[in-house]
Amino acid sequence: MPNEITKPIVEKSWDIIVIGGGNAGVCAAITAAERGCSVLVIDSAPRDMRGGNTRHTRNLRAMHDEPTDVLTDRYSFEEYWEDLMRVTKGVTNEHLAEVTLRGSQELTHWLGARGVRFQSALSGTLNLSHTNAFFLGGGRAMLNALCRHAESIGITFIYDAEVTNIELENGFCEAIDVEWQGQSLHLNCKQLITAAGGFEADLDWLAEGWGDAAKNFLVRGTPYNKGKVLRVLLDRGAQMVGALDQCHAVAIDARAPKYDGGIASRIDAVPFAVVLNKNAERFYDEGEDFWPKRYAIWGRLVAGQPDQIAYAIIDSDGVKRFMPSVFTAITDNSIEGLTSQLGLDPKAAKKTVDSFNAACPDGPIDQMVLDGRATNGLNARKNQLVSANQ
Amino acid sequence: MSLTDNIEADGFDLKALLDPEAAGEVIRVMQICNACRYCEGFCAVFPAMTRRRQFDEGDVGYLANLCHNCGACYHACQYAPPHEFGVNVPQALAAARNDSYSAYAWPAPLAGLFRCNGLFVTLGVSAGLAITVGLMLAMIAPQLFWGIHLGEGAFYRIMPHTMMAAVPLAISTFVVVSFIMGWRRYWRHTGAKWGGFPDLVDAVKASATLRHLGGDTSSGILSGPGCPTGDDGSSNARRIYHQLTMYGFLLCFAATSVGTIYHYGFGREAPYGYFELPVVLGTVGGIILCIGTAGLFVEKRRLHPAVRHDEGLGMDYAFIVSLFFVSFTGLLLLAVRETSFMGVTLAIHLGVVYGFFLILPFSKFVHGLYRFAALIASAGEARRS
Ligand SMILES: Cc1cc2nc3c(=O)[nH]c(=O)nc-3n(C[C@H](O)[C@H](O)[C@H](O)COP(=O)(O)OP(=O)(O)OC[C@H]3O[C@@H](n4cnc5c(N)ncnc54)[C@H](O)[C@@H]3O)c2cc1C
Ligand code: HEM
Ligand code: SF4
Ligand code: SF4
Repeated sequence: MPNEITKPIVEKSWDIIVIGGGNAGVCAAITAAERGCSVLVIDSAPRDMRGGNTRHTRNLRAMHDEPTDVLTDRYSFEEYWEDLMRVTKGVTNEHLAEVTLRGSQELTHWLGARGVRFQSALSGTLNLSHTNAFFLGGGRAMLNALCRHAESIGITFIYDAEVTNIELENGFCEAIDVEWQGQSLHLNCKQLITAAGGFEADLDWLAEGWGDAAKNFLVRGTPYNKGKVLRVLLDRGAQMVGALDQCHAVAIDARAPKYDGGIASRIDAVPFAVVLNKNAERFYDEGEDFWPKRYAIWGRLVAGQPDQIAYAIIDSDGVKRFMPSVFTAITDNSIEGLTSQLGLDPKAAKKTVDSFNAACPDGPIDQMVLDGRATNGLNARKNQLVSANQ
Repeated sequence: MSLTDNIEADGFDLKALLDPEAAGEVIRVMQICNACRYCEGFCAVFPAMTRRRQFDEGDVGYLANLCHNCGACYHACQYAPPHEFGVNVPQALAAARNDSYSAYAWPAPLAGLFRCNGLFVTLGVSAGLAITVGLMLAMIAPQLFWGIHLGEGAFYRIMPHTMMAAVPLAISTFVVVSFIMGWRRYWRHTGAKWGGFPDLVDAVKASATLRHLGGDTSSGILSGPGCPTGDDGSSNARRIYHQLTMYGFLLCFAATSVGTIYHYGFGREAPYGYFELPVVLGTVGGIILCIGTAGLFVEKRRLHPAVRHDEGLGMDYAFIVSLFFVSFTGLLLLAVRETSFMGVTLAIHLGVVYGFFLILPFSKFVHGLYRFAALIASAGEARRS
C-alpha cells in the first residue's frame, strides 16, 4: 500500500519519467519541464550520494570559435573532430559525433543559464583551458545547481528508489516498477527516458567481458550503476552497441575503496616511475607519450597483469613531478627494502631496476617535451622521462 | 629584510602548539583535497594548498585562518560523508582555527580562556558593566547622576574626562600589546613571509570585500553566489551582514578617534551636535553594527549543521551579542542623552565598552587579526608562485 510519501507519486500520471539522476537524466528532465511536461526523476542513490558518476566529474570539453569567459583560445570543430577520431581510432558514429560536437558550443551557456558555475578560464591547474571548461567545485556542485534549478521549475525527485522493471507494450512504455520506501511501486508515465548509467558497478557483468580479472577491479565511480535498467532493456530486445570490455580504465591506487574512489584515487606517477608487476617485471613503456595522453591506457595494461596489480617505483627526484596522491607513498632507502615491503621478490626487483638504470643515459630530463631521452636495449623500452636512478 | 628575521631571536616553543587531533584531521583532509583539487576556484585555501605537497602544523594554522567557513567546498565535495573518506574541510579547519586562537594567545597562561569562551566573554562584559555602573552609582551624587545635563562637557559632569579616557588608554595598551604578540606567534608558527606592500594592499582588498566568503574567487564583489545554504541554494547574506558589522565597528572606532582629536586638538568637549562628524560616524556605525550583528546572529542559526562548528558556538554568539550591546547601548545613549537617563545609560555603555575591549584579545575578535595575516601571506605566495 502506498504511504503518505509515496501516494502522490504513485497516483500522478507523469508526462515523463526519467530514470537516473545524473547529468544526462537531470538535463533531459529540465529540457522536458521547460517545454511544459510534468517530470519525475528517479535515482537509486540516497540524496547525499545522488548523481552517479556525474558527482565525480571535473570538466567538460566544448567546441568554441573564440575565447569565452570559461575557455581560452579556440577549439574548432576540425580540431575536436580530429581528437575524437584519434581517441576512438575512427570507430565513431559520424552523424552522432557531428551533432554532439556542434552542440557542445552551447553547453557552457546552457548550463550557466541554469545556475551552473565554471572556474574562470586560466585559473585551472591542469593545462586544458583551451579545450575544457571546469565546473566550479566539480561535478557535484554542478549537479546541485542543476537539481536546484530543476526543482524550481517543478520537477519532482525521488531518491533511494531503484527501477527494477519497465513494462513495454508494442515497443511503448506503459509503466515501470520501482523499489522505494520499502515498497514495490508501479508508476505510470506517458514517456520514459532512461539515463541510468552503465553497468560498471556489477562486477559479474563486467566479468562477462573481462573474465575473472574483473573481480579485482576497483570501480572509481558510483556503486549504484548496476545496469539493471540496461539489463531490462536488453531483455526486451534493445540493441547493444559497443563491447562488454570497453570502458575508460585508468590506473588507480590499490588502496582506494572498492567503489566511488573518484578522481583522487588516480595514479599520476607512471611516466616518472618504473612500473613493475607482481613478478617484479616491467611490462610497458612508462614514458611512451606525454601524460595525460597515455593516462587512460594504464588501467587496461594493469588489468592484463597477474592479480591486476602493479607497483610504480619512483625515485626522490621523480616524486616532485606529479600531482600528490591521496594515499601516502611507501618509502625506503633501497630497492630491496622497498620491494620487500611491497611483497615483491627483492632480488628480482633489484635486477629489473638495475638493468633499467644501466640502460638510462645521464643528464637532465624535461617533462614538457618528448625529449628523446630513452632507455636502450630493454624488452619494454622506456621513451622519455627517465628518472629512476636509485 | 623580512619581518620574521627581526623576531627570530626570541624563542618560544612554536612546535606542537595545536591539538594533534585537530591538526591531524586537517592534514588528512588536505591530502585528499590535494589529489582532487576540484574546489580550487572557491577561495584562497585551495590555491594555497596546491602550493604545498606536505602539510606541517604551521600550514594547518595558516590554512585554518585563511578559510572563511563559507561551506562551499563541503556541499560540492564528492567525498563528504557518508562517503568513507568523510571529507569536511570547513569543519576540520574550523576546529583547528578555534584551537589556533588559544595557541597564539598572549599572555599564554590566559589561553585557556578560549576553551570556555562563551562563558568568559559573557562574564567579562558583565563584569565590566557591573563594576562601572556600580562604581559610578557609588561615587557620583544621585542628583548629578540622575540629572539632566546639556551642552558641551555634559558627560564629564558625571564622569571626569581623565577617568573616561584613562581606563580605555590602559585597556587599549594591553590590547595592542596582546595583538602584536599574538600576530607574532601566528606569523612564526605558520612560517609566513612578508613580501612587501602589494601583499598588504591585496589583503586589505580581500578584507574590504570579503571576497573569499563569496563562493567564487573570480567573481565581482556581489556577483558571486555567496555561501551555500545547503546543497539547494546559496546567499550573500552572511557576507553582507559581516561587512555591515565590520564597517560599523570601524566607523564607531573612527568616531571615537575623531572625538579624541576634537577634545585634545581643538579643545571641544562631547557631546557633539547631531550633525557633527563624531556623532554622524558613531550613529551610522552604530546602526549598521546593530543590523549586521543581528543578521549574523540569525545567519549563524541558519548555518548548515555540517558546516557549523558547534564547539565554537559559545565563542561566536558571545562575540556577536557583545558587539551588538556595544553598539546598541551607544545608540541608546544618543537617544536619551538629553534626559535624566543619560547618567545611567552612559554608565551602561561605558561598562559594556570597557568590558568588551578588555576581553578583546581573548574573544573571537582575533579572527580578524589572524585572517588578515593569512590573507597577507596568501597574497604573497600567489604573487611569488
Ligand atoms: C572519477 C570520474 C571522473 C570523471 N571525470 C569526467 C570529466 O572530467 N569530464 C567528463 O566529461 N566526464 C568525466 N567522467 C565521466 C562522466 O562522469 C560520465 O560520463 C557522466 O557523468 C555520465 O552521466 P550519466 O548521467 O549518463 O550517468 P551517471 O552520472 O552515472 O548517472 C546515472 C544515475 O542513474 C542512477 N541509476 C542507476 N541504476 C538505476 C536504477 N535501476 N534505478 C534508478 N536509478 C538508477 C544512478 O544512481 C545514477 O545517479 C568521469 C567519471 C568518473 C567516474
Ligand atoms: C580583518 C578582516 C576580517 C576578516 C577577513 C573577517 C572575516 C570573517 C569571516 C570569514 C567570518 C565568518 C566565519 C566565521 O565564523 O569565522 C567572520 C565572522 C565575524 N566577524 Fe569578521 N572578519 C574581519 C574583521 C572583523 C571585524 C573588524 C569585526 C568587528 C569587530 C568582525 C566581526 C565579525 C563577527 C561579529 C562575526 C560573526 C561571528 C560568527 O559568525 O561566528 N570581523 N569574520
Ligand atoms: S573538498 Fe572534496 S571536492 Fe573539494 S577539493 Fe577537497 S576532496 Fe575535492
Ligand atoms: S569553507 Fe569556503 S573558505 Fe573554507 S575552505 Fe571551503 S570553500 Fe574555502
